[in-house]
Amino acid sequence: MTWFPQSISGRVYAAILLILAPAPFVFEWINQPFYLDLLSRALILAIAVVSLNLILGFGGMISLGHAAYIGIGAYAVGIPSYYDYYNGWLHLALALSVSASFALITGAISLRTKGVYFIMITMAFSQMAYFTFLSLEEYGADDGLVIYSRSEFPQWLTMDGGTSLYYWIFALLLLSLFFTHRLVHSRFGRVIVGSKFNEQRMQALGFNTYRYRLVCYVISAMICSLAGMLLGNFTGFISPDMIGWARSGELIFMVIIGGAGTFFGPLVGTIVYILLEEFLSLITVYWHLIFGIMLVALVLFGKGGIHGWLSRLDRKGAGHD
Amino acid sequence: MDWNLLITQLLNGLQLGLLLFLLASGLTLIFGIMDFINLSHGSFYMIGAYFCGTVVAKTGSFLVGILLGLVGMFIVGALVEWFIARKLYRSDHLDHVLVTFGLILIFDTLVHLIWGAGGMAIPLPDVLNGQFTLGSLVFPVYRALIIFAGLLVALILFILVTKTRLGMLIRAGASNRTMVEALGVNINRLFLIVFALGAAMAGLAGMLIAPITEASIGMGNDIIIVAFVVVIVGGIGSVKGAFYAALILGLIDTMSRSYLDVVLNLAMPVAYAETAAPALSAMLIYILMAAVLAFRPQGLFPPAGMK
Repeated sequence: MTWFPQSISGRVYAAILLILAPAPFVFEWINQPFYLDLLSRALILAIAVVSLNLILGFGGMISLGHAAYIGIGAYAVGIPSYYDYYNGWLHLALALSVSASFALITGAISLRTKGVYFIMITMAFSQMAYFTFLSLEEYGADDGLVIYSRSEFPQWLTMDGGTSLYYWIFALLLLSLFFTHRLVHSRFGRVIVGSKFNEQRMQALGFNTYRYRLVCYVISAMICSLAGMLLGNFTGFISPDMIGWARSGELIFMVIIGGAGTFFGPLVGTIVYILLEEFLSLITVYWHLIFGIMLVALVLFGKGGIHGWLSRLDRKGAGHD
Repeated sequence: MDWNLLITQLLNGLQLGLLLFLLASGLTLIFGIMDFINLSHGSFYMIGAYFCGTVVAKTGSFLVGILLGLVGMFIVGALVEWFIARKLYRSDHLDHVLVTFGLILIFDTLVHLIWGAGGMAIPLPDVLNGQFTLGSLVFPVYRALIIFAGLLVALILFILVTKTRLGMLIRAGASNRTMVEALGVNINRLFLIVFALGAAMAGLAGMLIAPITEASIGMGNDIIIVAFVVVIVGGIGSVKGAFYAALILGLIDTMSRSYLDVVLNLAMPVAYAETAAPALSAMLIYILMAAVLAFRPQGLFPPAGMK
């Protein structure tokens, strides 16, 4: 049976998807709407993390400003709603087009730089977005903006109600995972991954790596704006806090927990992060301390995140390593 | 035009610039010599303020608070270098970002554990609390002291970097670390000293600002980003660059907050100018950094001999 995943990591990921698929009905059955909220939030962030992983994990572009695109997606819902335009297609089109334009302009400048400079310039651009949203007095500035109604779609696609929204999120997550997978395995993706490891060689082969990277950066930003659009609908509230630089730092953290440059790692990393955050904060108000120590330990001792750990189990099982 | 206001704002810009320099000089050296991105440098700024506040509360002397605070920060910096940073110099930048992001969480929570969630006010001695008048100009004594202290530290650092053997090694390290190692310099000790010195200077900046803003959790997390902008604009590893860039950015930030709406008003109606000015003034330093990175990535004043 070739469709059945042979490796331990593959089986774990398949199990996670099988658990996620009927989740709303399970939570309804045991009457725990809180967990549906928690899971919805985790999966929304997972979309953003999948998009960040595309440039960070596969492309080696460490962006410390990716939360800006969550903000753009969320404001693409919030600002039209403020004027009573609730059409979901409009929100979607706005989120995708504005994030693509912002990514195209800032990416064209950022990608001229490398390494540390790239980290810092992406952070600078996201701070510009942050201050732009902060100065929008009309839309609440730092107090944020309440969205009174979810984006309107045709009846069969409605976002109203926790379960419908959950399946919106789940579907977009699967789409972005599938799309990332196809993209990375395409000729385009090979160039992106190749120029992460040896850019000069890719250039010598005749590829304009700058252009490939730019396109990849724009695609990643557009996927991330979908997460923002969902987040705006989910929380019904948007504020510049969504895109502070610490938010972008958390996104990187989630990529690394799961394992950068793997397909399901970001999903698992995000779920683990959100669950830890939720349950540690129930135990103690000082949960950030535990989190910080984990982060330091993860880098010093845990190579490859959760995916790396699962793969090591695989290799042990297969009897070589 | 109100000349007194202009001069006051210039002095405020100078004060902000010098505080930024205290933060950025350590950051740029750690960045330039160890190639280490320390996001948690802002935590030193915060911890310095709390150290100083605690000592002032116990002894009642602001000067003792500063001196003991400096010693404490030197030790904290050395410990962080010894136990954490040292293990990471050879890893990639992503690891630096993650670990120091974790350190921010750890330090913020530790401060919460030790000193509580509320801020900590630091009382000033009466001598420093007043204002002085110069002609028709009225300026707080303490702010003048910050400017004086900042310039003094800049001078000491300048002498240290240009006239001493340690400074020579620091400059050499910023230009070409491998060559310094190859010449048999004890690079570990140099790294330790630079890191601890940087922590002490960041701590000093926190101690100086705390009597005005009071010490609070996370106070370093916003200013550290601006300090990074200073480092990039000035040129990584260049103390001179950090000095000029800090002053330029401090002045740009302060002046644009007070005068940008007037300037914009020349080109557009009042209503638009008043909406656009605050956003634009907050963004100006980032725009400057993006421009520098795009057109002169090595910074305005890169260390000698560095490409």
